[in-house]
Amino acid sequence: MTNATIRPASDYPPGGDAFRHRHLTGIAQLTPWEISYILDAAEQWVDLNRSGAAKHDDALAGLTIINAFFENSTRTLLSFEIAGKRLGADVVNMHAAQSSVKKGETLIDTAMTLNAMRADAIVIRHSASGAVQLIADKVDCPVLNAGDGRHEHPTQALLDALTIRRRKGKVEGLTIAICGDVLHSRVARSNILALTLLGSEVRVVAPSTLIPPAMERMHVATFTNMDEGLKDADVVMMLRLQSERMDGAYLPSAREYHALYGLTPQRLEKAKPDAIVMHPGPMNRGVEIDSSIADDPARSTITEQVEMGVAVRMACLDILTRRKRGVPGWN
Amino acid sequence: MELRPLHITGAQLVESGAPRPGSLLVIGGRIAALDPAEVPNGAETIDAKGQWLAPGIIDLGVFATDKPAFHFGGITRAALMPDSGLLDGAGLVERAAKGGKPDLWVHPLAAATKGLAGKELAEIGLMKEAGARAIATGRARIADSGVMRRVLSYAASLGLVTIIHAEDEGLTAGAVATDGEMATRLGLASAPAIAEAMAIARDLALVEETGAPVHFRQVTTARGLELIRAAKAKGLPVLCGITPAHLLLSDTAIGDFRTFARLSPPLRSEEDRRACLAAIADGTIDILSSGHDPRGPEDKRLPFAEAQPGMAGAETLLALGLGLVRDEHIAPGRLFELLAATPACLLGVDAGKLEVGKEADLILVDPDTPWQVDAKKMAAWAGNTPFDGMPVQGRATAMWKGGQRIR
Repeated sequence: MTNATIRPASDYPPGGDAFRHRHLTGIAQLTPWEISYILDAAEQWVDLNRSGAAKHDDALAGLTIINAFFENSTRTLLSFEIAGKRLGADVVNMHAAQSSVKKGETLIDTAMTLNAMRADAIVIRHSASGAVQLIADKVDCPVLNAGDGRHEHPTQALLDALTIRRRKGKVEGLTIAICGDVLHSRVARSNILALTLLGSEVRVVAPSTLIPPAMERMHVATFTNMDEGLKDADVVMMLRLQSERMDGAYLPSAREYHALYGLTPQRLEKAKPDAIVMHPGPMNRGVEIDSSIADDPARSTITEQVEMGVAVRMACLDILTRRKRGVPGWN
Repeated sequence: MELRPLHITGAQLVESGAPRPGSLLVIGGRIAALDPAEVPNGAETIDAKGQWLAPGIIDLGVFATDKPAFHFGGITRAALMPDSGLLDGAGLVERAAKGGKPDLWVHPLAAATKGLAGKELAEIGLMKEAGARAIATGRARIADSGVMRRVLSYAASLGLVTIIHAEDEGLTAGAVATDGEMATRLGLASAPAIAEAMAIARDLALVEETGAPVHFRQVTTARGLELIRAAKAKGLPVLCGITPAHLLLSDTAIGDFRTFARLSPPLRSEEDRRACLAAIADGTIDILSSGHDPRGPEDKRLPFAEAQPGMAGAETLLALGLGLVRDEHIAPGRLFELLAATPACLLGVDAGKLEVGKEADLILVDPDTPWQVDAKKMAAWAGNTPFDGMPVQGRATAMWKGGQRIR
């Protein structure tokens, strides 16, 4: 797959053909040009978000967006909330902790309830792989996956791709090392799909206990040695390591993990001199990444990723509600 | 009431090999003659009109007494697993055995250990007296090798076969799929397929040591089947079985998080599926059963990992088995060995073959009638079939239990 197959969005006639999906449940459903279409659309929102005081567009005025988060989240929820509000939508957040989910209501019943409230888009995060698809099949409005189990987190992959494209000028042909707990990571899965679709050479670098089976079938190379995995990489993408993985079941200790897989300045020297360092947050400073790297603006894109997150989510909310809003050409 | 003799004519009798034209006489609930020269006065005559006449299916290892599904599927006897309603005491076994009367035989499989907890021997002898036909480890294996060894030798001394679930619980803890591309793409916790072979290897060593007869209810991997093949070559008293799901579906069926395809053991790779087909063709696999485990939406309309494993299989067992015949993996006679004769032998019941003296548990089969599996229109009390929408051919058109017409 090369970028030659990816036509710019401007090649497409205005209208629904550019993005045929009703939901955004994963990168797996997308084609390379659909990914590019979203990234192109996000660029304008980056400009708006940076433009002085009135960071507002009324494209989604009058629409109701429900953020249904069945799993705790701070930054993704906040990012979706800001994205919706900047577009003028009425945004409501539903936290599982406050909902009837705790009282034993099934996921389907919760979905039907949200549907009956006539939401115009529902953003869902859930701890079970496939839960978002299950809800999407039952509701009438577009559903956006904000992370389901270890399956997918498509907006994270899109914001990462946008960050890389802006920093490096392209995604195709880059060598990208995804490092850390790939086994339990939806961020890794979505990124592997998106970046290979866009023509990157993707590697995963992790302890063997945290590499999922059949990675070669996902068209990525695997490394268990951090120095070898980082060699000549253009992008080093670190993953968060959940503390419960370090209790002996998957890894002996945080100390050992840092010694073997922590991103230190010395290790980073193996990558290309202009390599960028990414992290989806929240970081475990001193475990998977040293502070000196995380705080180096020439290297670290961590705050830029957060910024791109809002723009990408604005683009997704805009595109998925176009049919509902009767945007010309989107039937 | 005295049963009228029954004379079924114009049938294709399914014995060994290809069906042959013939007729069959039933007197007093038992098969009295094949191709009888004389038929008693007053006998009821049924013209089979060229349909197959076969022994009623004996479904070894079901999780519910679901009569409408069994009757649809041509199943006259069902061996009930000890899990769903726990069968670990004589009273429970006795009640379960009566659960099918009057038109279905239910043969309870007794729990091998108390509460199926895998710790202490259950009252296997008393359960045998109450009607248990074999013992089973349930949905999981017995993790403790010492307990397993004692279970095997104790059951063998009572003349009972131990029916085993073969998965190594250390490897499968938390897993809902088999390691592979599908599980990785879907982000599902998975276990390596060797979990099965490892469990089989341990239990075969115990069989060799104790001489106890065992049946591995589902063997679904190439490596597991290789071990069974080798054990049989050594002459160990080992049988193994499978369901149509592992013969016809691979783990690609769980794509889109289809919980109806969440099974235990989980669906395997395409290579393993092909190995299973080869093993049913070469005789390594002895028993084909439905694993009937109907599950309603409260168990299945959930995220994949939270859904319960299991499928409603009783209605599709015969049609999918006939598909194996049509695809030339097995001959018709061999299909009914897998479905009836071998299970009858394992359970020690006097049925499962068209032979003089056997109980007249019979079905007429139209092997070609096309129909479509439809999860929404199943006779089973839940429609959780992984074969939803599949076009199939063949169904049972009439059934007799002990010479008495059931449908």
